[in-house]
Parts: sequence; structure tokens; C-alpha cells
Amino acid sequence: MRYETERTRRRGHADTATDTLARGLGIFSIALGIAEVVAPRALARALGMKGQEGLIAGYGVREIATGIGILASKDPTPWIWGRVAGDGLDLATLATALEGRNPKKGNVGIAMAAVAGVTALDVYCAQTLSRESPTPLPPMQDYSDRTGYPGGIEQSHGAAKDFEVPRDFRAPEAMRPYTQPQAPQRPTPSM
Amino acid sequence: MKALVWHGTTDIRCDSVPDPQIEHPRDAIIKVTSCAICGSDLHLYDHFMPGMKSGDIMGHETMGEVVEVGAESKGKLKVGDRVVIPFTIICGECEQCKRGNFSVCERTNRNGHIAAKAFGHTTAGLFGYTHLTGGYAGGQAEYLRVPFADATHIKVPSTLSDEQLLFLSDIFPTGWQAAVQCDIEPTDTVAIWGAGPVGQMAIRSAILLGAKQVIAIDRVPERLDMARAGGAITINFDEESVIERLNELTNGKGPEKCIDSVGMEAHAAGTVDAMYDRVKQATMMETDRPHVLREMAYVCRPAGTLSVPGVYGGLLDKIPFGAIMNKGLTIRTGQTHVNRWTDDLLRRIEEGQIDPSFVITHTVGLEEGPDMYKIFRDKQDGCIKVVLKP
Ligand SMILES: NC(=O)c1ccc[n+]([C@@H]2O[C@H](COP(=O)([O-])OP(=O)(O)OC[C@H]3O[C@@H](n4cnc5c(N)ncnc54)[C@H](O)[C@@H]3O)[C@@H](O)[C@H]2O)c1
Ligand SMILES: [Zn+2]
Ligand SMILES: [Zn+2]
Repeated sequence: MRYETERTRRRGHADTATDTLARGLGIFSIALGIAEVVAPRALARALGMKGQEGLIAGYGVREIATGIGILASKDPTPWIWGRVAGDGLDLATLATALEGRNPKKGNVGIAMAAVAGVTALDVYCAQTLSRESPTPLPPMQDYSDRTGYPGGIEQSHGAAKDFEVPRDFRAPEAMRPYTQPQAPQRPTPSM
Repeated sequence: MKALVWHGTTDIRCDSVPDPQIEHPRDAIIKVTSCAICGSDLHLYDHFMPGMKSGDIMGHETMGEVVEVGAESKGKLKVGDRVVIPFTIICGECEQCKRGNFSVCERTNRNGHIAAKAFGHTTAGLFGYTHLTGGYAGGQAEYLRVPFADATHIKVPSTLSDEQLLFLSDIFPTGWQAAVQCDIEPTDTVAIWGAGPVGQMAIRSAILLGAKQVIAIDRVPERLDMARAGGAITINFDEESVIERLNELTNGKGPEKCIDSVGMEAHAAGTVDAMYDRVKQATMMETDRPHVLREMAYVCRPAGTLSVPGVYGGLLDKIPFGAIMNKGLTIRTGQTHVNRWTDDLLRRIEEGQIDPSFVITHTVGLEEGPDMYKIFRDKQDGCIKVVLKP
């Protein structure tokens, strides 16, 4: 988990939104990776990349490894940057399929647009995480002396025992024995 | 005069407005010497609480000096008296006031019929707090008109400073009532959600009332610091599971007494119920975010008590009422019956059992008020409690 730094409104708070985004990207990585490993032939056909099945399956293994890294590591930041690098590789590989007389150029274009979209998310996520701090920020001010007890806490602890709780503020008598095992049989004080 | 005026969501300005006048023989006018910004004001600033109109003057934690007294208040107040003004306007004569249930005074809310539509019955008029509770001008200003002034005041001695006395207007009695609602026994663990000003006062009140163990839950480091200074064990809900830690600290039995000093804007980042609340709130199907209430109902020891000073405005969803009913929990809530407690609390301040000024982190002029709203809301600059000096 990473924490927002001084620049944000929620200084020092865990950034769970970006954490959730990172986790989503991790799951996406694994799902895409499985598709590439399980069905490299179908993918190659759809993209007009016959003969590159091995490469596609290899990329699938990379995706799965990155996904596991994101989900299993304490700090997903380097793994998300890994995804950004992987996106670059994917785009470059797809670009080669645009060359020559590939009849599936349309599909390749769609795939590249999709990868570009995910890349934007990856970059955003990685940048946000990198700006944050791995540990909570220290208190902005030191209030450890702000006790509020002029004579010290020992003197004030129980100082208001003389206070009689008004009858309409007392806990129901019937429930006392269950919350107060040590002092169950106190007679009802009258008001 | 100068006053902090509400213009819309997160839009509060320091404007020049007409001085208040005596409008009724029971009124008095006070010259404000100190006033404060309250967590309740943030619900208006963020506009979670409906019923504000552009031009309304903010503020309900006010003290000062009486400068004018209406004919019917003359026996009780005179020019020059030093007074703290409770945030609840009270008549002192109706059935509820006679019972000490001042925050549900039957007479002081001049828009009682609107409140009755929303809540079934009217509640007391409040300073600077929506037209649902009377639309009375607030005290973040140079002068304040106090309606029903013969009853709506706390006389205070000149031997103590404004800073020591100001919080008798709201947060000190609020934290105190929250603790009193728990009917604390010497064997009790009291868990307090929210270490804002109200939570800080609740911590000290629970200590004064002799609780065995006080636990404070928040995530703002400096607020947790201040909670520890007051004698609480702290849980940072960003870093640890609140339920697990509370059970650990109570041998698996859960705290006997739970206090919600957070209210309707609770944070529950990343949990499923938080996302659910955000969606419902955005689609107007739910008005408040009751994450803390859910946690309390779940972790509270059977036959225990939930005390809720945190403010809610309307509809809540997915409250585990099964847990509340089957565990036989008692729920106590309410706006604070300020004047019911203030004589006793003033004595405790005079005797040195407590000095409420510990909570002040910022003191500024009225002109800086609008900026301070933002700083306080965003918990920037170590801000916990802001005092304004008009
Ligand atoms: N009953 C009354 O008469 C009365 C009087 C005054 C204030 N209030 C209410 O009391 C509440 C607190 O007031 P305040 O001035 O201390 O406000 P505040 O906003 O300064 O404090 C609220 C604190 O709760 C913390 N918090 C948020 N979500 C939390 C969660 N899930 N678990 C634990 N802590 C969480 C925040 O970090 C913050 O420190 C507000 O709802 C306010 O309206 C009620
Ligand atoms: Zn208040
Ligand atoms: Zn009344």
C-alpha cells in the first residue's frame, strides 16, 4: 500500500483507489496472458501474424508473470512500470504486422488502439504510485504534549466519578450484568 | 459588520452584512470575542446537509460580551455580562426543556413545521445551521443576535480565558454527553471512532469518568498523536483492521461502549460498502455514509451501548439491525443538551480536571475564516480546531 504525499488533499492517507486500479491491471494481465498462452494460433490468425505463435505464447507468459508480480508483491510500482515496458513491446510487435500485404490490417489497428488505451492507464497508475510514499507520513505537528489535563492524567483519570449519571442516561438495568461481570449487583441508585 | 457567509458548496466568504438588531423582547445582542469552526460546519461547507440558503451566516460555537438586552431578558442578563452561547437555542420552559432535553426544545425552531416534515417532530432552533433548524444567523461574525437569550446563555467568570471557556458552547459538552450516554463503569473499554475535536473531548470525558481503557480510531497521524496524549490507545484504520484490533484489545469480547464521533461523512476507502454508499449517495438514494455505525454494531460487545454524537441528516442504508437487535445493543444519540451539563463542566475546568484549550491548533482573524474552512476540512497543516477572533 502506498500513501499520498504533501501535494494531495488527502495527505498521508493510503491511496486505495490507485491500489485498486493496480490490482485491476494485475488481473487484466493474467487474463490476457492466459488467452495468449492458451490460444496463440487463433490470435495469430486474427492478426495475420501466422508463424509468430511462439512469440505470442511467450508474451503470454510475460503477461502472467507481471500479473502475479502485481498481485503478490507488497509494492506493485515496479511491476506496473514493467507493464508499461511490455505495452511498448506489444505495440512495436503489432506495428510490424502493419507492414506489407497483411489482409488483417483492420484487426491489427483495433488491437493497437486497445493496447494504447491500456498503456495510458498503466502510465497513469505507475506515475501516481511513483509519486507516493511507501510509508505513512509522520505527523505534521507534534501534539504529544496536548494532554488537556492540567494536573496530569493520573490526577484526572476518574476525577469525575462524583458525577451521577442522570436516570434517563443510564444503561438498561437488565443488561448491566452482561457487560459488567465484576459489579453486577449494584442497587439502582434513585434520582 | 463582518461575518462568514455561506454562498454555496465550498463557497464561504467574509462579507460585510447589516448589524443584527433586537427583534424580540427576549433577544440579546453580543459582541463576539471568540468563535470556532466545528466539524458540523463541514457538513454545510460540503453541502451534505440540505437546507442552507445563500447569504446565511455560519457558526454555532460563540462567546462574547452582552452589548444590548431586550426588555424581557433584562432580569437574567445585563450589558457587560461575559457569556458563552450554546449552539442549541432553548426556551427553558417547554416540556422538553424542563426535562433537560434542550436540543429538542419544542419552541425555539421557527421553522418547526419543516423539521416536523423531515423528522416527524420539531427539534430545537440552532445557530447558523440550516433553515430546518430555524435559519438563525450564526456567530462567526462580529455580533450575534441571541434569541431566547434569558435561557440561551452560559455565564462565565472572568478568571478563565476565552480559549478555556469557548468549547462549553458545543464540543466539550458533546464529547461529555457522548461519554455519559455510555454510562461508563470502571471495567469498561470505550472505543471512539473519529479523533476530531469531538472525539478528543469524548476521550478526555471517558477518562474523567474513569473508563478502564479508551481506544481511539482515526487515520490522521497528528490527531492520533493528540488522542494518545489524552490517554487513548490508537488504531489507524488505514493500516490495521479496526475489528481485529478491537477484539485483540478486549480478549475477543469487543468493547462494551462504542462512540461514533465521525458522522455522515465517514471515510471507508476501498471497502465494498464504501463504494456502495458512494454510488447510492451520487444517485440520491441515500444521504449519509454510515460505515462507522456498521463497524460499531458489528464489534460492540453484546448488551453494550452505541453512543452516536456524530451528525446524520437523513436516510441510512444497510445498517446491520440484526446484529443490533440480537446482541441487545442500546443506541443513544442526539444533538447535545448543552446547558444540561455546562454548570458541572465549568466547575471541572475551574478545578483543573481538564483544560479544553488543548485542542486549539489555529487562531486567526475572521477574514482568514474561508481559508481555514478548507484547511480544516482537508486536515492540512496539522489543523484540528480553529478559533476565530472577530
Ligand atoms: N451531537 C452533537 O450535538 C454534535 C456537536 C458537534 C459535532 N457533532 C458531530 O460530530 C462529528 C465530529 O465532529 P468533529 O468536529 O470532531 O469533526 P471532524 O470532521 O474534525 O472529525 C471527524 C474525524 O473522523 C475521522 N474519520 C473519518 N472516517 C472515519 C472512520 N471510518 N473511522 C474512524 N474515524 C474516521 C476523520 O479523519 C476526522 O478526524 C461530526 O459529525 C459533527 O457534525 C455533533
Ligand atoms: Zn458544533
Ligand atoms: Zn424549550
